[in-house]
Amino acid sequence: MISRQKSIEILEAQSAQHDLLDKPLSQWRLTLRRFRGRRSGMVGLGIVVFLILMAIFAPVIAPYPPNEVLIGKEDVGPREKPCIHILGCDENKPQHIMGTDGNVRDEFSRIIYGARISLTLGFFTVTIALLVGGFFGAIAGYVGGWFDNIVMRIMDVILGFPSLLLAIAIVAVLGPGLQNALIAIAIVAIPAYARVMRAQVLAIKESDFVQASVALGSSSRQLLLRRVIPNALTPLVVLATLGVATAILEAAGLSFLGLGAQPPNPEWGSMLAQERNNLFTSPLLVFFPGFAIMLTVLGFNLMGDGLRDALDPALNR
Amino acid sequence: MLGFITRRTLLAIPVLLGIMVVVFFLIRAIPGDPCTSLLGERATAEACERFNEANGLNDPIWVQLGIYMKNVVTFNLGESIRFSRPVNQILIERLPLTIELATSALILAIGIGVPMGIIAARRHNSAVDTATMAIANIGVSMPVFWLGLMLAYLFAIILKGTIFQLPPTGRLSAGVFPIPYYEVWGWEITPDTTWANLNEFIANFYIFNSFITFQWDVFWDAVKHMILPAVALATIPLAIIARITRSSLLEVMNKDYIRTARAKGTRESRVVRSHAMRNSLLPVVTIIGLQLGALLGGAVLTETVFNLAGVGRALYDAITGRDYAVVQGITVVIALGYVIVNLLVDLSYGYLDPRIRVGGE
Repeated sequence: MISRQKSIEILEAQSAQHDLLDKPLSQWRLTLRRFRGRRSGMVGLGIVVFLILMAIFAPVIAPYPPNEVLIGKEDVGPREKPCIHILGCDENKPQHIMGTDGNVRDEFSRIIYGARISLTLGFFTVTIALLVGGFFGAIAGYVGGWFDNIVMRIMDVILGFPSLLLAIAIVAVLGPGLQNALIAIAIVAIPAYARVMRAQVLAIKESDFVQASVALGSSSRQLLLRRVIPNALTPLVVLATLGVATAILEAAGLSFLGLGAQPPNPEWGSMLAQERNNLFTSPLLVFFPGFAIMLTVLGFNLMGDGLRDALDPALNR
Repeated sequence: MLGFITRRTLLAIPVLLGIMVVVFFLIRAIPGDPCTSLLGERATAEACERFNEANGLNDPIWVQLGIYMKNVVTFNLGESIRFSRPVNQILIERLPLTIELATSALILAIGIGVPMGIIAARRHNSAVDTATMAIANIGVSMPVFWLGLMLAYLFAIILKGTIFQLPPTGRLSAGVFPIPYYEVWGWEITPDTTWANLNEFIANFYIFNSFITFQWDVFWDAVKHMILPAVALATIPLAIIARITRSSLLEVMNKDYIRTARAKGTRESRVVRSHAMRNSLLPVVTIIGLQLGALLGGAVLTETVFNLAGVGRALYDAITGRDYAVVQGITVVIALGYVIVNLLVDLSYGYLDPRIRVGGE
């Protein structure tokens, strides 16, 4: 039999670990704790933070402005191989870590600045899709009836298209360009958010604390904005993180087809498309932008997976 | 079961109609008109007038929509304005390539993805599991076009001269021509009939055609050309399928009936095969259906990278060239295929999980 003294000691030891006795853990702190325990999620977070820093400090890190043509300024030609001084490249030659591209610009600087475009694009498309999809999904779920029916059938039609094909068609209507690609990708992404939001709202609407709020006489607006939506957000956060990855991938695809970012924008997909025909002579100029895309997408995917695991109630034992 | 099938089929029809209407209006919203895009910026107003009249572009928009709907239902998909050829002909030539590509990719994705997922799940938390999932995570993150180009470089340049060398572009090598099976077998076919079109369509599946007629040199050439595009296209679905298989199997392996099976002394391999696999297949089948959309989208990129004249590439060209009829025709066919596949997926639920079938009736 454990003495009283002993059991207090055990509890204290536990509370030191979990600080359960001091203050109750909020949902977010619990999530954060679980997230930290997942290696792949942390790797993803690391990659994303790295890329964000790279984007913010691009002017400091990049040795050249992204669009500066070096003809006549330096002794370099188009598509020159990488020259790194500490790896034994001739000190008299200018250093270009990733070489130069077809227009004699520093590839490394362009890759760095590319992070700005891709991250902004991923962030904005997801925000638009989240707001629009979340809005319609929430109302559809909350109001129900014919509104629900119409909204969800429209979403079904959008989902009936392969997403990249629909995005191509929308960009064709709006005209090629980074901004229009962003809108197209956002539109294509809307149904996913609407569906998840609707399902969440439907479930939460029936829960006891919402019913209690109804009984206390809250207005519909108050209910939806203060009770239902905040509690429905969790899976949307996961979806949004993964959505950034998809958005970046699709934007790169559109740019590759010439429908997204236009030259001389240092967008990775369009940089890759420009050097595509020189694949067999200078493969590195195709490799670097693609690798940058992959790394970014990988970062958001890992982070999203980690978040999902951390937020999944099924693992909440 | 019949009621289940009927209801699911009927539910697909409004979606299909919606898709057709959306495509119809979307393509007409594209700035610039077919006349200037085809006859050039300096086309006279008269010439444009005649052009529009001839192509039915002067009719009220709802008349055009009605004609279009009627034509689609009767499989008369109109004529390409750019090539002055029936859209059906373009589909006959190009659709088989895309289907061949998507099917090869899907076979690769399922054939490798499912076993990968099973192995990872059975050795949960082992090094094999970690490695498999790391590969799967990288796989989902790779842009199709980048992977395609890298594969082309690896197999066409670096491995040049070895037995692993593979062609980076095209569908067949120069000078290799497949003879359609109906010519090999000496069938008498009247040209320009539905029967002739159907046979031509089937013969354009080069791999299939050369296989059934024993044209082995053509067969190997076609297969070799298909490997790189198929691998590039398969990577993302493969990774997704592997992940879903793993998580689904892991979940099922924790169920009580698995413990019961083990307690009865059933061999582990049998537990996995007979007790766990079938029950964990449902999410896998769902995801395979959903991946078809990604495959078709990816086909545009893959066909661009590998210079393949498939439907994806044709659609892209038609959209940028404002070739209304072609865009409509291809989109409808793709949407139809997509809807049918997802219908099949839904129906397979009924087979895999009788509860759904019974509950639905």
